[in-house]
Amino acid sequence: MTATTAAPYEVSQRARSTRRRPVRHRAAGPLFVAPFLVLFVLLFLAPLAYAAYLSLFQHRLIGGTTFVGLDNYVTAVSDPLLIRGVLRVATFLVIQVPVMLLLALLFALALDSGLLRLARVVRLGIFVPYAVPSVVAALMWGYLYGPDYGPFAQLSKAFGLAMPRFLTDGWMLGSLANIVTWEWVGYNMIILYVALRAIPHDLYEAAAMDGAGAWRIAWSVKLPALRPALLLTMVFSVIGSFQLFNEPNLLQRIAPDVIDSAYTANLYAYSLAFTSQQVNYAAAVSFLLGIVIVIVSYALLLTANRRRSS
Amino acid sequence: MPESFANPFPVSRRTLLTTAGAVSLTAALAACGDSGDTGDTSPAAAPVSQADIDKAMSTPTELTFWTWVPDIDQEVALFQKKYPAIKVNVVNAGQGVQHYTKLRTALQAGTGAPDVVQIEFQAIPTFTITDSLLDLRPYGASALKDMFVESTWAQVSGSNGEVWAIPQDTGPMGMLYRQDIFDRYGIEVPKTWDEFAAAARKLHTAAPDIYLTNLASNEAAAWHGLLWQAGAKPYATVNKSDISINVNDATSKKLAAYWGGLAKEGVIGVEPDFTDPWFSALNRGKYATWLTAAWGPSFLAGAAKSTAGKWRAAPLPQWDASTTSSGNWGGSTSAVTKTTKNPIAAAQFAQFLNTDPESSKLFTTLQFFFPATKALLADPGFASQAPAFYGGQQVNTVFAGIGTTISPSFQWPPFLDRAVTDWTETVGKSLAGKADTVVALDEWQTRLTTYAKSQGFTVKGQ
Repeated sequence: MTATTAAPYEVSQRARSTRRRPVRHRAAGPLFVAPFLVLFVLLFLAPLAYAAYLSLFQHRLIGGTTFVGLDNYVTAVSDPLLIRGVLRVATFLVIQVPVMLLLALLFALALDSGLLRLARVVRLGIFVPYAVPSVVAALMWGYLYGPDYGPFAQLSKAFGLAMPRFLTDGWMLGSLANIVTWEWVGYNMIILYVALRAIPHDLYEAAAMDGAGAWRIAWSVKLPALRPALLLTMVFSVIGSFQLFNEPNLLQRIAPDVIDSAYTANLYAYSLAFTSQQVNYAAAVSFLLGIVIVIVSYALLLTANRRRSS
Repeated sequence: MPESFANPFPVSRRTLLTTAGAVSLTAALAACGDSGDTGDTSPAAAPVSQADIDKAMSTPTELTFWTWVPDIDQEVALFQKKYPAIKVNVVNAGQGVQHYTKLRTALQAGTGAPDVVQIEFQAIPTFTITDSLLDLRPYGASALKDMFVESTWAQVSGSNGEVWAIPQDTGPMGMLYRQDIFDRYGIEVPKTWDEFAAAARKLHTAAPDIYLTNLASNEAAAWHGLLWQAGAKPYATVNKSDISINVNDATSKKLAAYWGGLAKEGVIGVEPDFTDPWFSALNRGKYATWLTAAWGPSFLAGAAKSTAGKWRAAPLPQWDASTTSSGNWGGSTSAVTKTTKNPIAAAQFAQFLNTDPESSKLFTTLQFFFPATKALLADPGFASQAPAFYGGQQVNTVFAGIGTTISPSFQWPPFLDRAVTDWTETVGKSLAGKADTVVALDEWQTRLTTYAKSQGFTVKGQ
């Protein structure tokens, strides 16, 4: 629809809405939202409520189900395995997220600068890992990390160099961080890149007239404008980090002595439910994990907002 | 993870996509066609009469069968040919943990569970503890006892003589070895574990890139098989709520000191099995033996094609040279769920599939399963096969012989998944990390005891 035809239509719409809106139109809003709401309730709220309900019981192989109130939560807050898992993903978060977002930011700025050759190919190249399912990515990296016949091992052997043992205790968190970074840099880059494209060009022109160079524009115009987008990617990354599951779950097959069933908090909840058959306790652990995520995300938003207002 | 407890044939599996919804729908429809004993939840001790069976087998019925076995439709077709009224829907619900998780969920939901289900021997107690399996005695299963190898039948029998499932294939443990490597380094086929340890040291000293064997640090199933051979009784269920856990008794400690010692010395490998590096290692001759089960020969022939002709089979080395014994690793059964609306048809199907001469034979020629029935083990067409991969050796005969040396008194715990995970995180970890495996056994024992108590069991034997 072109602007010329759209404008009168809009006017007439507005004129009509000042009068009494027909019932059919009033129902349009809720109708459009309805499919989302139905799915939201069925696939999100209902399971959540069911998990909350489950977490108040205890089921034993012998003796059946009993109501235990908040006992599962009491056990969970002092469960060393859960605490260890949460601390581990917190460590992971503090190291991996800044590295990943910095890389995403650099790529986004480089693409936006227009100075890059083959920008479309580069953009696609960085984004493609995100299109690879994380299961496939973890399998692929697991092969690359292989201590005996993995390509890195072969290469370092050929050059007579000592190679880090990627799948040992000391390296595992770094190896996982590398996989996650590889997977998600492109996704974050796209968000930041889109935000960059949305900055009005007048600002650049004004800055240029004031004598700012490319670096200065990036630092003083682009970065402040990117702040909301950066915050968004940060919150997503925090949530993602605490939910770390696929990568450790798959690498567990090749490094069972390093990654145990409680390596990350999410993996712990899964193992409780499916290998220990402690579904109720798993529900409580999941809820606590959810609360941790809410608190950390909220703290992040709060500090960011406070800094902005100050 | 107990993934490799699953039937170790990760070859192209036919995936039959049937949604859980469709399954429950067919189950509900099938219920309408049933005229006999609906609503009977407790297994009747009284046998079902032949008239009832005949009636059920000629009444149009649909059965749902969950299995991961590739191409099993061909065996199923034989059943349907004999009983045209019964339609069997074959569903591949995954393998290993995935399969059991789905089954447990469907059983708990009370809807969507299959009538007949593929289940491994070691998983049977995990499902009888939750009262999920139908006792097949009233349907004529007791009469099948003599068709099967004693230790195999013991695996499907309950403590009160119940028959929980019909065996399909088994895995007596033996040793596959590289004749060429043995010849090159002057190693005799070890008859005892002492000889085996000496050979491990000798080989690794002579060729630092080669290990006599790999004891996978993630393979609780192999450990259980070796425990079984050594005569350990790690688990015993006295009655439903009383169990004894003895995974760190004297026999287990002997095993831990032996294998932990060899791992610490660095003369054996401790690589996780069924992984890319492990397949690669077998192909490149990093390991001179594979301590495996009777399904191992055909599996290896597919997995390590480049080493064709170099392998041979022998029984496991022995602890006591004067007797021979072995353990079992793997193999599975067909069980009937208690939620089935058609117990007669389901039980008949489970029995037919695994005991009908044509059907059971097909498992050995189509899926290359190692059979559970005495008839097939003695069948010349099976026993005298001489695959070129093993230099023309009659490997089936070797393993059939081993099968008769397995003790029938080994029991599995009612929480196998947990036992496996805890093994990997204690004993397996100690092997991989060259730590003290005997200490790890105690940790395993403590973990299992704590878990069992938290699940309401009375734990004895400590």
